[in-house]
Amino acid sequence: MFRFIVRRLLQMIVAFFGTTLIVYALMFAGQGDPIQALAGERPVTEAQRAYLTEKYHLDATGVGGFFYRYFDYLSNLLRGDLGESLTGRSIGEILAAAWPVTIKLALIAIAVAVIFGVTAGVLAGIRRASIFDNATLLLTLLVLGIPTIVLAPLAQYLLGVKWQLFPPTAGADPDFYALLLPGIVLGSLSLATALRLTRTSVAENLRADYVRTARSKGLPRRRVVSVHVLRNSLIPVITFLGVELGNLMSGAIITEGVFNIPGVGFNLFRGIRTEDGPLVVGIVSVLVVVYLVANLVVDILYAVLDPRIRYE
Amino acid sequence: MSQPTPASATPPGGHLLDLRDLHVEFRTQEGVAKVINGVSYHLDPGETLAVLGESGSGKSVTAQAIMGILDSPPAHITAGQIRYRGRDLLSLSEEQRRQVRGREIAMIFQDALSALNPVFPVGWQIGETLRQRLGMSRADARRRVVELMDLVQIPAASKRLGDYPHQFSGGMRQRVMIAMALAMEPKVLIADEPTTALDVTVQAQIMDLLADLRRDLDMAMILITHDLGVVADVADRIAVMYAGRIVEHADVRSLYRAPAHPYTKGLLDSIPRLDQRGGKLATIRGLPPNLMRIPSGCPFHPRCPYAQQVCVDVVPHDLVLGDGRTSACHFAQEVRDDRTR
Repeated sequence: MFRFIVRRLLQMIVAFFGTTLIVYALMFAGQGDPIQALAGERPVTEAQRAYLTEKYHLDATGVGGFFYRYFDYLSNLLRGDLGESLTGRSIGEILAAAWPVTIKLALIAIAVAVIFGVTAGVLAGIRRASIFDNATLLLTLLVLGIPTIVLAPLAQYLLGVKWQLFPPTAGADPDFYALLLPGIVLGSLSLATALRLTRTSVAENLRADYVRTARSKGLPRRRVVSVHVLRNSLIPVITFLGVELGNLMSGAIITEGVFNIPGVGFNLFRGIRTEDGPLVVGIVSVLVVVYLVANLVVDILYAVLDPRIRYE
Repeated sequence: MSQPTPASATPPGGHLLDLRDLHVEFRTQEGVAKVINGVSYHLDPGETLAVLGESGSGKSVTAQAIMGILDSPPAHITAGQIRYRGRDLLSLSEEQRRQVRGREIAMIFQDALSALNPVFPVGWQIGETLRQRLGMSRADARRRVVELMDLVQIPAASKRLGDYPHQFSGGMRQRVMIAMALAMEPKVLIADEPTTALDVTVQAQIMDLLADLRRDLDMAMILITHDLGVVADVADRIAVMYAGRIVEHADVRSLYRAPAHPYTKGLLDSIPRLDQRGGKLATIRGLPPNLMRIPSGCPFHPRCPYAQQVCVDVVPHDLVLGDGRTSACHFAQEVRDDRTR
């Protein structure tokens, strides 16, 4: 188990350098004059230009210069300094404000997926080919078929504007209630996938030989299902939910945009729209770390859940 | 080889386990497969009955019907009785049925790797019934599990409690399986092809272990197999199944000496023999019947060298040949007396 974790940590470091390098290169390599880009339309004085060239090490040119700047950026990043956005705000501060909102939203979405998706999936798996199973199949296909860009405004219009069950937009400092509807919309996709995955996994495991063994031991059906079948069936589901939580933590551009939620996705989208290179690279670099950590946690969890993995 | 158990060992009121005219069918979308078509056999305390037959003959389904672990749908028991200590198990509620399972009648399966749960340690799996059904404490259950693992001769049992099934060799896994079945001290042990997935040398060890345990723990055993070689040393009686019927039923010695059903004879003839090296291996021509379209009359007639018109027209009844032997063949006497092996 220890060696497994060490190996995964080493892979994670390689992945971190690889992804940040690609993101950094994509954002800055093609740029003409970064100082002019920084200043926008306004003229740049010689003193300012000298200061910025010094600050960002722009005097070094070519591939060497690029890597010099990349490692400079990286060393700042590792010290926790994400730099400033083009608007002059500290990227660290922007993220500190946006992340709690996104995390709350992600947790609501995952809770929705677990409570409704996994539960309904287990029931559908046990009662395969029943009315309940077919109804959930239809509903999940419907949800999976509608893109978020349609589902989010639709839910906002019907539940927020027309029937006024939820606030239609979240606003600057949203509370739990304001995030509930966007959370459900965001979670509905994970819910549908979690449901299908759980259903298939439970149905498959119910037919497994070890279930027949458990029954022949004279265990009550309740125990056979809730201990033997579930423990095996939930391995792929938990793996999926872990990766999904990593996805959701990195912000939901569409949902946050539609419901006007000042989360990570919202800020990332603004950065892309205003061509704010440092902001985009800053956010994406942190997202890479979040994503890598989420994957590491999932892999370790997977090894804990399935003893066959540990010894490979 | 031991003789059939004398009648005095039979419990008052009949046999320990008594199957009477059991019928099972599988209802699928493609049609109805008649898997068991009137199987009757019995088991007395302390004896070993071997149920022999090729794949699809219904031997495993019969065993699962006794255990009450057939999946329904598709399986439906349409007729018959399974009497255990005089009580028809089929008339019991599911809860009463569950009490019998594991505690009175236990079963071990063919492939221990898939029959054991991959995500729980073996000690946990062996001890599960002790904790759940007998209400033992963790410490007591642990002690008992080590005893059981010692009993089935797993070396260093106390160190291997926490290991998972995939960490054991095939033979050791099958021992774990046996220890698990013995946990509740059952009176009847059903072993469904317990050695099929194992190496030949390990097969012999497991069979010896089963025979020893059966004797030491005074159990009765139903040994399901398609391997005639396995049967000879451990079984008292043999029931040969074909297309969901018992076609021949006899004590081991007389069955080997003079089979009274062409199918049994075919099986015995197809065992490779050292004194006939170089010759072509005898086989039974044709294939087992499709259980959705079982042939008329005797189901074996399309493959049978003795077949006559009567075999196509009339279903043969069990012909009693004396010494408790029966054969479901119109020409049972002729087959038995035919010593052309």
